[in-house]
Amino acid sequence: MIWQLDLMILTLVVACALVTINIKDLLGASVVFGIYSFMMCLLWAEMGAVDVAFTEATVGAGVSTIFFISAIFKTTRRSKD
Amino acid sequence: MKGLALLATMVTGALLLYGTGDFPPWGDPQDPASTYLSPVYIEKAVEQTHVPNIVTAILGDYRGYDTMFETVVIYCAGMAVLSVLRRNREDEE
Amino acid sequence: MRDINEHTPGEDLIIKTAVRLMVPFAQLFGLYVIVHGHYSPGGGFQGGVILGAAFIMLALAFDMKTSQQYMTIRVNTVFNNLGAAIFVGVGALSAIFGGLFLDYSALDKLIPMGSVEWRSFGIFLVEVGVGFTVMSIMVLLYWNLSSGGAMDEGL
Repeated sequence: MIWQLDLMILTLVVACALVTINIKDLLGASVVFGIYSFMMCLLWAEMGAVDVAFTEATVGAGVSTIFFISAIFKTTRRSKD
Repeated sequence: MKGLALLATMVTGALLLYGTGDFPPWGDPQDPASTYLSPVYIEKAVEQTHVPNIVTAILGDYRGYDTMFETVVIYCAGMAVLSVLRRNREDEE
Repeated sequence: MRDINEHTPGEDLIIKTAVRLMVPFAQLFGLYVIVHGHYSPGGGFQGGVILGAAFIMLALAFDMKTSQQYMTIRVNTVFNNLGAAIFVGVGALSAIFGGLFLDYSALDKLIPMGSVEWRSFGIFLVEVGVGFTVMSIMVLLYWNLSSGGAMDEGL
């Protein structure tokens, strides 16, 4: 566990989370949420939980992003608030 | 209303951060989680199940119910989406 | 399968060719992750998601009809019921043969090959069941979400 790397990844996680809830474009929000999942995956892998990191990479960053995008294509791309 | 929501979030976050202060440090060999159950799994898993990856042994064998209901949850999610969204295009025309 | 050179809006020759090259390797990697879960990180859930993502890639790059030529809706239904049935069936079978529910060592009475080996093999059977269910449910979710439930034409 290297604390410099930890701090860098955690900063990116917080930044991605803030961008995800503040951005108006929902397609951009889902892409940034994919980046958030990938940063969480890096964090799990760095802490030694490789199985959790694998699940996070496949489900969080891979398939759920596709589900969000396909749902956005069927509904609307602009956020109301 | 937005200020109230922000206040509630801040208070909850502060309480959670205060709560993590009582957690044992990361990877501490003396914390309760790694003194009672983990040594049994680490020492016995390979000779009891012949699976070198302990995570797979725990998920598939010792905690089989957990994995089974995880699968059932995925199955129920698929069936729920199918029953809500599925329609035939010919029926509407 | 439609002609690869036929151009429709939103489809691209580069993406089609790349996906056509990538899909066999993605499926092979998914099978490797399921089967090699005993020795390396991975298992039924992750491998099933990778196998499902291969079909989703086909549906994204070509269209939904192309992915349904490789896995029809009927085959998908069979797979997701079969996976859950394998898991519960292995558990119930070990209960029938005198053990507890999901205690695979009791299956030694069915095929004698050692109770410890049966625990290892039972984990493998269960992982295969999880892989089937997760793969077909992921494809089913994508088909339903991207076509609004009609499952005939998607993105």
